[in-house]
Formats: sequence, structure tokens, C-alpha cells
Amino acid sequence: MTAPALELVDLVMHFGAVRAVDGVSLTIQPGQVMALVGESGSGKSTVGRCVVRLLEPTAGTVRVAGPDITHLSRRRLRAHREDVSIVFQDPAGSLDPRMVVGDIVGEPLRLGGVSRRDRDERVRAELGRVGLRAEVARRFPHELSGGQRQRVSIARALISSPTLLVADEPTSALDVSVQAAVLNLLADLQRDLGFACLFITHDLSAVEYLADEIAVMYLGQLVEQGSRERVFAQPAHPYTQALLAAAPVADPSRQRARTRVLLGDDLPSALDPPSGCRFHTRCPLAFDRCLAEVPEPVDLGDGTAACHLVQPDGTGPDLRTTPTTARTERHA
Amino acid sequence: MTTTTTVPDRGRLLRRLRRNPLAVVSFVVLTLAVLVAVLSPWLAPYAPEATDFGRTFTPPGTPGHPLGTDDLGRDVLSRIMLGMRASLTVGVLAVATALVIGVPLGLAAGYFRACDAVISRLADLMLAFPFLILAVGLAAIRGASLANAAVAIGIAQIPGIIRVVRSDTLRLKSLDFVAASVVDGAGDLWILRRHVLPNATSVVLVQATVAIPAAILGEAVLSFLGLGIQPPDPSLGTMLATAQQFAARAPWSAILPGLAIMLLALAFNVFGDSLRDALDPKGSTR
Amino acid sequence: MSVLTVRDLSVVFRTETGPLSVVDKVDLSLDAGEIVGVVGESGCGKSVTAMSLTGLLPSSANVTGSAVLDGTELIGAPESVLRRVRGREVAYIFQEPMSSLNPVLTVGRQIGEVLRVHEGLKRRDARARAVELLALVGIPSPAHRVDNYPHQLSGGMRQRVMIAMAVACGPKVLVADEPTTALDVTVQAGILDVLRDLRERLGTSVLVITHDLGVIADIADRVLVMYAGRIVERAGVHDLFAAPRHHYTAGLLAASPVPGEHAGTHRLREIPGLVPVLVTQPDACTFAERCAAAEDDCRVQEPRLDPPGGSGHGAACWHPVRQRRGAAS
Repeated sequence: MTAPALELVDLVMHFGAVRAVDGVSLTIQPGQVMALVGESGSGKSTVGRCVVRLLEPTAGTVRVAGPDITHLSRRRLRAHREDVSIVFQDPAGSLDPRMVVGDIVGEPLRLGGVSRRDRDERVRAELGRVGLRAEVARRFPHELSGGQRQRVSIARALISSPTLLVADEPTSALDVSVQAAVLNLLADLQRDLGFACLFITHDLSAVEYLADEIAVMYLGQLVEQGSRERVFAQPAHPYTQALLAAAPVADPSRQRARTRVLLGDDLPSALDPPSGCRFHTRCPLAFDRCLAEVPEPVDLGDGTAACHLVQPDGTGPDLRTTPTTARTERHA
Repeated sequence: MTTTTTVPDRGRLLRRLRRNPLAVVSFVVLTLAVLVAVLSPWLAPYAPEATDFGRTFTPPGTPGHPLGTDDLGRDVLSRIMLGMRASLTVGVLAVATALVIGVPLGLAAGYFRACDAVISRLADLMLAFPFLILAVGLAAIRGASLANAAVAIGIAQIPGIIRVVRSDTLRLKSLDFVAASVVDGAGDLWILRRHVLPNATSVVLVQATVAIPAAILGEAVLSFLGLGIQPPDPSLGTMLATAQQFAARAPWSAILPGLAIMLLALAFNVFGDSLRDALDPKGSTR
Repeated sequence: MSVLTVRDLSVVFRTETGPLSVVDKVDLSLDAGEIVGVVGESGCGKSVTAMSLTGLLPSSANVTGSAVLDGTELIGAPESVLRRVRGREVAYIFQEPMSSLNPVLTVGRQIGEVLRVHEGLKRRDARARAVELLALVGIPSPAHRVDNYPHQLSGGMRQRVMIAMAVACGPKVLVADEPTTALDVTVQAGILDVLRDLRERLGTSVLVITHDLGVIADIADRVLVMYAGRIVERAGVHDLFAAPRHHYTAGLLAASPVPGEHAGTHRLREIPGLVPVLVTQPDACTFAERCAAAEDDCRVQEPRLDPPGGSGHGAACWHPVRQRRGAAS
């Protein structure tokens, strides 16, 4: 059996007193796309940065394609650099403005000591694969459109054939029509090349389009995991239900007819996360136990959910159908 | 949604400079000054230290001496031309010294947190140390000369260079393209050399164009005090120093080198300002 | 009754590289208590259109045409008139609430300042009114929140404060420029509810400018679709989503993933090519280069919205889409 593309065990990342990531465990099998979903401030990007070891985790384990890379030095990490790549949100900031596209895409090969001739050839092939013409290699990033720049980022990330691609909000800075092209491209490349992908995003429609598995994060912890089919059809955790209910649908009749689930505006601070279940300050279904006791993940057969109300068979109340008193904020 | 470009392309930079009349004028003045300075040994009508005691203190406009002569009958025009050469040499040497030492220190301070405290304190210390005492000390130990004046001025300019390079490095270090390189296994030197330094060149360039006129003024001060270029070699500062004794009798011998210093410094400063404006990505589009 | 009527509004910017046409012959009408959505991708001119109404554009912009607010012509009006209109008659809220709030003043002071400047209220009255306004925009325990500083509030709360400031003087028109783009989805719905609520309670007309079709589907009564400076389609919100007529609108709708669709079985529609950068507006359809249905006539004559000034469903297209959405793809 091959090793999982990514295995996180109890990953913890604290920045001083800020508990950005607080015990996240997940596994991505080779060739699978796992979406990591959550609001801004949930810690999802921090998880991504730990996976590519831009950050050294406070505690826990990161295994990429087998070996434990959690605390490897920069020098020793180099042996594993071809296993994992990252694509960032802002295509303007992730390309060096002083370098031409060919040098940007070829840099990982150059770092690996590949000769100039082989490099040029592979850069040309990689640009072709992401739908860019070979002459783009001689352009500077500012001469390209946002969508073309994101293609360049993807080409660079894939040129060393990684086992795992971390895509951190790769479409969020792009226009709708360009987003479609980038999502299609990622889907095609993933199918053709078979890399595993940690797809970090807040855009649920993109998640449904691209992901096989979904992990939902709230305030540094996972609240639910499961297959795309199960999570979209039967979300178990109230937070997942609220997220799905809030995601806008481009259909006025459906959008206006559906029940609104208002969670209130205040995401609690990761400096001093709430006791018990971290979601209890915003959860319309919270009761005494949620304030006192941290919910353990319940095994649902297809994934897990960490909520006191969820039964092992996956049944539990659904926020979207449970009548609750409308409220916009709860006070501490 | 707006995208911001961190570095404007070269074509746009030139276009922006060309549109600014002050930039064009200062650039022309600087080009002429550099040409005169470089060619002065051949352009100057007289040898700068050639005395003519029969024709001391001739006023400007005298045939053969368009800018007049000084107390020893030396041609003021020739001396200003060669003085500019000396001034520019000191300016460029001083700033080159400051860059050679300041840029690596600034990069290190901005990039390595461990170095930052040491280097930044060192820069503060240098700022607090009186520049003239440094120059006097250097002149005392190694003798007063053009090279030593340039070194003294250059050392005094190091903290300024460290500061701008450090802050730009801090900014660049946090950008995603640096992170992408780290993920691909790039080492610190690779990132500094290939990503940080090329992107920091524009602020270094601007800082240098502002530092050169400061160095020229510094040279004038040192030479005026006798700590820089030694007579009879011409320099704008020494010319001012000797001329002050005769300021009442021959005001032009003081005013003209003073004007030359002013013109050079002003042209550099104006050009530096225009360059900074043109490099500013948020600069107006008008 | 139309509160705001815009006719033939065009904006040309003078830039380093010559003129740049950003808005071209835009017609727009906003009735009392109506929510009109303007949707388009970045650079389509939707924000510039809104800013041009009250003279908020830099001096490099040349604005022509007409915009009449309750009988007052705004385009070319003297600064003294525009200053009175801004805030009192037309108010704006923007994407980023943090940069629009002063970090060293309490939100009560900032709302109060608007009231003291525009309405001449006393300090104590202004504070009382500020509390009322915070309650109006759905901020819980407003009497307590009024003394908060901006950094003590979440992003959604700050946007509510911005709305409270915007409606402090009872404007006729509220322009909301990407009001929810910087916010999380769980917060977005609440902000849209506030806008809807203001319309109900105060009769404010709202112009919502956004790139997000989900926001449009949620809140707009009528929609204008902008592309490369022109309005290419105008429709009631249900008509627009059910039966888009312009190929650009249809393309945008097909580009966003639909619930239940996965890459394994579906493919998102891409719009090939790039948005053109226009020096002058051509006498042609500006979308023709990217349009699968374009024919020769599209490239030689500019299609106009038909009828030009009306409010019915219209598309600026010579060969409009015929099927309803979902009927065929």
C-alpha cells in the first residue's frame, strides 16, 4: 500500500498566544482532492503553510508522501521539495516582477540542478500543459492578465511533478469567467497527472466542483470531514450546515426562498477561544453541555463530525430546518 | 478588485520621467556636468594650478579668462571645471563605499532576524557619531586627501543605506514569490541574490541619487576646513575656502564655485525626487 | 417615480498612454425604494459609473452625459451643489470598511460627526441618534456598541457601522459598491438583509455594485450587466437568471459552478479571450471577439439596448440568446 499523500496528526500552530491551529488531523490519499473550508481566521491557510513547511508547527506531525517532515531543517527538507508545491491566492504577488516567466517556471528545476537546455524544454512543455504559448516564457508577469499569471503559478508548482499540491485560494482573486478557466485547468491537470491536492478555499461552489473530500475548519479545529457527496447532501455539523445555507446561489427564486441561518458577525478571537465546543457562541442549537465539554469527533462511517448533537449514525438536528429564534449576535 | 504592480516596467519609467520637465532639466544638467568633469583635463583652457601673478583678480568677462582669475592669477573657469571633477569623484566614491558596505548589511538586517538587532543598533550608533570628528580622525591618521574624505563621507552615509534596504527587504521577504522559492528549496543566499536584491534596486537607486549631492556638500565642507583635497589641487570646497579671504575684493571667486556646488546638488536632488515619483507604482497617472 | 435618471453617461480617463474609455453611453434609472444591481467583472466600469454621479472621480476623468437626481442635474454641477448632494442625498458604502473608519474615534463619534456637520445636531442629540442608527442596522446592544472603537468590531459589524453612517442623513440613494466582497459568507447574508430592510423602512433606493451573481440573485429587483464600459443587458432579476439574452450574461452564468456539479461529470464554461482595453469606443459590439455567436454585422455596427430609455428586458446584441437557461447547453 502506498503512503498517503498527506497525513497530519494533531497539528498545532500557535503564534505566541494566538492559537491559529489547534489539533488538526487529516489524511489525503494519493490522487485525491481534499478541500479545506472555513471562514477567514479559521486557520486554514496556516495549515497549508505548515504542510509546505513555510511554518514549523508548534506540535503534531506532518507527513508528506510518507516521511515525517515536521521538524526537518531547511537543508534536509530539500530532499523532499519535489513532493509538495504551493499555489497562492494573489497571482500578482506570487511571481517575481523582475523575472521573466521562463525563469520563474524553471526556478524549481534550476534549484534542483537541471541543465539550462533540459530546463527550457520542460518549461515549454509545462507552459503548454497549462494552456500558455511558448513565447510567454520571455514575458514579464506584469505583461500578463490575472488568469495567465495564475496559470504561470500553476505551471511552476507542477513542473517538478509533486505528489501533493497545496492550492491556497487559487481562484479567489480572479474574475468569474477567469475562475472557471482556472478551475477547469486544475480539474484537468489533476485527472491527467494524478497529484493529490489540498484545496484551501472559502468558495463552496468551487469546492463542490473540484473536491473529492471535504474538511471544515472553525477557529483552528476541524468540525467535520467527509466525502463531497455526503457533506453536501447531509452535513452533520451545525457549522457546516450554516456555511452551506449561507453560500449564495445564482438563482433568485432559490436564493430568496431558502431559510436564512444567521450566525451573527463575531468570529471569536483565536487568542481566547470559547470553552467547550468553540462554535457554541454562534450556534443556535447550543445547550449547556456545549459550553462545558469539548465534543469528540463522532465517526459517521463517511467522515466525522465534532458535535454533541450528532449521533453515530449521522443523524442529528439540521439548522436549516430546525426553527430557531432569529438572532444576530450572542453576547459573552 | 484592483491589482497593484510593485515594479513599473522600464518603458513606463522612462515615459514618466520624460513627462516631468524638472526631471528632464536636471538630467540634462547632470549629463553636462559629468561630461565637463570627465573631459575637464582637455576642455579646461588653462592648467588649474598655472599661476599668472601679472593678472590676479581679473573680473569675469576679461578676454582669455571668461570667469576671471583668483588671487594667484589662476583661471577660475578651469579651476571650477576640475573642481567639479574632484567633487563628482568624491560623491561617487563616497556613495559607492556606502553602498558596498550598507547594502549587504541592510539585506542581512531585513532578512535575518538575528542580525537585525545588532546591525540596526550599529546603524544608530553610527548616526549618533559626529561626522566631522570621524573625518578629522581619519585625516589625522591617514592624512587629508580626496580618497580619505570620500571614505569618511561614505561611512557617514552607511546608516541611511542600511535603513532603506532593510525596510524594503522586510517588505519583499513577506511576499508570496519568496515563499514559493522557499517551498521549492531555495536557500537564503539564493533568495537574497535572485529575488530580494533585484527588487530592491529601485530604492537603492533613489537613495544613491540623494546621497551623491550630500557627499558633494560634505566634500566641500571638508575641503573648506582643510580636511579634504589639498591645495593646489582644485576642488570647489578649497576654492571657497581660499576665496573667502578676498570675498570683498573678488566676490566672483567665491560666488562662482558656490553656485557650481549648488547647481550640482540641486540637479541631483531634483533628479532623485523625480526618479522616486516615477518609480512609485501608486503615482498619479496624469 | 424615478429618483435618479442617468442618460448617455460616458467617462474617458486621460492617462500617460493617451485616452482610455471606461464608461460608454450608460443609461440607468432608479425608482424610489428600488434595488438595482450593476454586475460585471473588474474593469467593466461599474464603480466608475457610480463614482462619477457625484463628482468623486479624479480630475483626469472627463465625464459627459446627464444624471438627474430629483430634478437636479449632477454632471457638471458646481462643487458646492455636489458637496450638498454627497452624503445627504447620495451616500456610498465601499468594500473595505476598516479603511473608511477612523481608528482613533469611537463609532458613535464618527456617526455623530456626520449628523453634526450635515444636520447641525448638538453633541448629545447626535449621540442619541447614532444609537438609533446602530439599532437600525441590526447592531445588538447599540447603546453599548456606540462607545466601541472600530478595531473592537468584527468586519461585518464595521460594515454595519458604515451603513449607519451612510444613512444618517436619510439619503435618497445609497450606492453599495461591493458591500460584501471582503466579508465571509456567513456574514454576507446579514448585510444584505440590512440593505433590504432600509429599503422597506426608509424607502431608500439602493444601487448595488458587485461582481457576485449570488448577491444579485439575493437582493436586486432589476439588474444591469456591464461589459467593457457598456450596459449590455437590462432585465428584471428573475428574467435575467432564467433567460439571459446577451451572450456575455449567459457566459457569466454558465461560468460559475452550480450545486450538484462536479468536474468528473461537468465542465464549467469558459469565456475565451480577454476584456478589451478601449482607447475609443468602436462602432461595433465590444464582446464580438469573445462571442461564439458573433457574425459580421457585430463587428461593424454597435448594438444598442432596445428600447434605449426603457426598463423592460433588453440586450445590446444583434443575435441574442434564444433558449431559456437549462433548456440546452
